[in-house]
Amino acid sequence: MAPAKEDVPADAPEHCPGTASDQAGKADSCAGCPNQQACATAPKGPDPSIPLINERMADVRHKILVLSGKGGVGKSTFTTNLAFALSLDDAVQVGIMDIDITGPSMPKMTGLEGETIHQSNTGWSPVYVSDNLGVMSVGFMLQNPDDAVIWRGPKKNGIIKQFLKDVDWGALDYLVVDTPPGTSDEHLSAVQYLKESGITGAVLVTTPQEISLQDVRKEIGFCRKVGVPIIGVVENMAGFVCPSCKHKSEIFAPTTGGAVKMCEDVGVPFLGSIPIDPRIGKSCDLGESYLDMYPGEAAYTAYMDVIASKETNYVEGRPRVLATVDTNLAMYFHRDTIVRR
Amino acid sequence: MTDSSLNAAPTPPPDQDVSHLSKVKHIVLVLSGKGGVGKSTVTTELALSLVQMGKRVGVLDVDLTGPSIPKFFGLQDHKVHQASTGWVPVYTNESKSLAVMSLGFLLQNKDDAVIWRGPKKTAMIKQFLEDVAWGELDYLLIDTPPGTSDEHLSVVENLREYKPDGAVIVTTPQAVALADVRKELNFCRKVKLPILGVVENMSGFICPHCQDCSDIFSKGGGEAMATEFGVDFLGRVPIDPNLSTLIEKEGGTFSTRFAESGIAPMFRDITSAVISKCGDSA
Repeated sequence: MAPAKEDVPADAPEHCPGTASDQAGKADSCAGCPNQQACATAPKGPDPSIPLINERMADVRHKILVLSGKGGVGKSTFTTNLAFALSLDDAVQVGIMDIDITGPSMPKMTGLEGETIHQSNTGWSPVYVSDNLGVMSVGFMLQNPDDAVIWRGPKKNGIIKQFLKDVDWGALDYLVVDTPPGTSDEHLSAVQYLKESGITGAVLVTTPQEISLQDVRKEIGFCRKVGVPIIGVVENMAGFVCPSCKHKSEIFAPTTGGAVKMCEDVGVPFLGSIPIDPRIGKSCDLGESYLDMYPGEAAYTAYMDVIASKETNYVEGRPRVLATVDTNLAMYFHRDTIVRR
Repeated sequence: MTDSSLNAAPTPPPDQDVSHLSKVKHIVLVLSGKGGVGKSTVTTELALSLVQMGKRVGVLDVDLTGPSIPKFFGLQDHKVHQASTGWVPVYTNESKSLAVMSLGFLLQNKDDAVIWRGPKKTAMIKQFLEDVAWGELDYLLIDTPPGTSDEHLSVVENLREYKPDGAVIVTTPQAVALADVRKELNFCRKVKLPILGVVENMSGFICPHCQDCSDIFSKGGGEAMATEFGVDFLGRVPIDPNLSTLIEKEGGTFSTRFAESGIAPMFRDITSAVISKCGDSA
């Protein structure tokens, strides 16, 4: 009889004492289990950092994860533009936390390459793009931007914990978390550390082709498994309008109906499609805000539609983000619960 | 994900006198710091080109949380079988000149999320490298996830005694991707993995309506980086909007359709370059 404990994995050997038990990795039944070493060495009991993280995060109203199973679909681009859009309102405090440890793109995309983190008695200070937009990334800690960060899981988890525990984020309205592709250490750690302070939800980014959707379905599975609400799915790189002849080409063809169809199939909200515009990539390379540089372009409108609903949000050509994103999020949650029921 | 959602994973026999990899002549890794630049696409195209040149090729997909290789070869519904020698890879054709192994073949449902931390991924990769009965192969191509972390270290460590020929680095031309790929080059140097060269993917897009070329992700960055790091530039591949259609179209597989695609001739040169870098002849 295996003990009826919550922490006994479904695939554990018989008589597994449970991963949180004092006997974990040491009991007789642990012999031969592939996780024996991990269980024996893992610290037991509640993580002492969690209360510290909760304290820091108490002043952060919304924590939004930007996720995608697939790499290179535009997670960081979307994160940057979402943060830039939110921070257009001077009264809104926004933070970006880049937990892509081995491939941090945030310093470049926000134009902060070469900056370093400063330490004060309240903790590490984020690097600021503007008064109300702070960024934290491993990229700021490298002596040389080309240095490879060759870290296995536990070390990556450690730095994510520090980003949450030791960074003096101050009072934020939004903390946007940019993640690496996949469903592994970084994602589990971010969710685990933020669980108690509450994650507002996750925005999933995909491109229209099946190869990408296939990975995003896995990410949806991940969110549901770990209990992160899904704000919705953004379809990026949807079609390209040739600047010479104005014909539209589907570069990443939605052969299986694209993100819209997938959202219907799995019951999550679809937030909108953003077309390919070479200037988006260029803005990211230069660390400029596409939304500031090219208002009125097709991709600008698409971004704004995703970030805040169109009818109510334009005030003198600028989106009135603060009020509306909150209601938008509320609306999406509402939709999410309806769909799920 | 728990292991229970994997198909009853066959347990290979413990003691093997000869390693499966000893019959593999050349081992090539496909790496990139950045995601979505076309590692799996390049792996697939390289494999198909090598097969066209009469080589016996194996493809190992070590992207455990986002395995794309089964889809690329049109093998989504295939399963791995167990034989007395180990796991039998999935073959794309009768002549068995192309063998494929991926975690995707072990999932009960292709949408299942594989939520694994590092140690579990490391164990799986070790098993992939030790227990797959590849048979005699001219080339084993290893498709990797983005980054420089658990998967990459595990592959390099476990392959050390087999002396892999080196890595093909894939990038797109824009600065944001290059920034990550530079890290990958430094990773290779740090772990002493030879670099066979750089492939610049998604290099420009030729509008099918007016033939005008748009540089969606800019252009030339890959070549400049190769020069800067003193490594070979293997070639550039433009964006082909038909590619995803070719891969995802029902009926037939990309393997059979590859020869018709516009990319095939361009890839022949890249493949020849890789072959000669491995000290082999076409």
